[in-house]
Amino acid sequence: MNVTATLIGQMGTFMVLIWFVMRYLWEPMTAAMADRQKRISDGLAAADRGRNELELAQKKSADYLKEAKQQAADIVSQANKRASEVMEENNVALQAERQRQLEAARVEIEQEMNRAKAQLREQVSDLVVSGVEKILEREIDSKAHADFVEKLADKL
Amino acid sequence: MSQSLEPATANPTTYISHHLTNNSIGEGFWTWNLDTLIISALLAGLIMFVSYIAGKNIDPDKPTGLQNVLEGLLEFVEKQVKEMFDGYNPIIGPLALTVFVWIFLMNAMDLIPVDLIPLLLSFVGVEYVKVVPTTDLATTFAMSLTVFAMIVYYNIKVKGAWGYAKLFLFHPFAASNPIVKVILMPVNMLMTTIEELSKPVSMSLRLFGNMFAGELIFMLIALMPFWVQFVPGGIWAIFHILVITLQAYIFMLLTIAYLSVAHQNEEH
Repeated sequence: MNVTATLIGQMGTFMVLIWFVMRYLWEPMTAAMADRQKRISDGLAAADRGRNELELAQKKSADYLKEAKQQAADIVSQANKRASEVMEENNVALQAERQRQLEAARVEIEQEMNRAKAQLREQVSDLVVSGVEKILEREIDSKAHADFVEKLADKL
Repeated sequence: MSQSLEPATANPTTYISHHLTNNSIGEGFWTWNLDTLIISALLAGLIMFVSYIAGKNIDPDKPTGLQNVLEGLLEFVEKQVKEMFDGYNPIIGPLALTVFVWIFLMNAMDLIPVDLIPLLLSFVGVEYVKVVPTTDLATTFAMSLTVFAMIVYYNIKVKGAWGYAKLFLFHPFAASNPIVKVILMPVNMLMTTIEELSKPVSMSLRLFGNMFAGELIFMLIALMPFWVQFVPGGIWAIFHILVITLQAYIFMLLTIAYLSVAHQNEEH
């Protein structure tokens, strides 16, 4: 084995080849692969995070739903209670009103009766006085005996 | 493949020596093995071309076709580097990848029928062609010596000049007694020098030997009667796919391992 120019030439080719492969293939490709690896792991982490958040949101929404249902039930029962209360109040008022009207009617009837009685009494006394006048003619002074007649009429 | 070359295979000695001669110009040091240089440069150019195309069109989101293949290869090499290489040096990865791919391609020239390219080139007047660059010691030593230069460079860079010298003086035989230390120095120096030099020599000779032998066997097969060649030829070619890959892989692993050792900064 002699040291020849071929050896030197081959060494040159070898070194240029190493440099070229490093510069144009190895470096960009390892960079791209590292980049991809990073993005894949980032993506997986993001997916994980997303799944957790979804779970949390689902739990929260279930809670909200439960609360809303509870509230709705409360509202319905309150409304029912209120409705029955209102109905009762109405009943009481109605009763009172009827009583009042009944009372008023009774009072009016009584008044009317009294008035009719008074009228009747007056008419009777007049009738008695004129009847007695006719019977007794002149002897009776209507003025002197008015008291008497009044009393009589009152007894009716 | 060699039916038309029956006359050439008539004289086995001439045939084989013909195939084992480099097409070279120049004398002594200034010997240029044109076939080795041109074919390896063409393969290097192919690697550069593919690297450039792939590197230019990198899509980090949707790796397709070529990028997929190269990413797989790159990950394979990177895995080896990560497993074997202690420390950090961004050049080790590309170096290992280059070593693997380039040697693989040069070795793969072995699978082209031994007479095909010489025959084609003989039509344009080229008389000698050695198709497989790795059957030329110049190629294998060029690579192993480049790696060796890097080993020395990083040894000195990491350990310091004195640290590297200490490796020669107190390694592999260490002693606590100063006098014994001094006595052991020449032995240590000899041993470590042999150890260090054996690295590039063994690397290049292993690759060269395997490829040269493989090529030789293809030639011997080509000397057989043409109607029986496909049996041993087929078997050897299939086996050789393993050999060329394995040799490229071994060269890459040794490169990584030796450079990893060079990066160690431990006192023994």
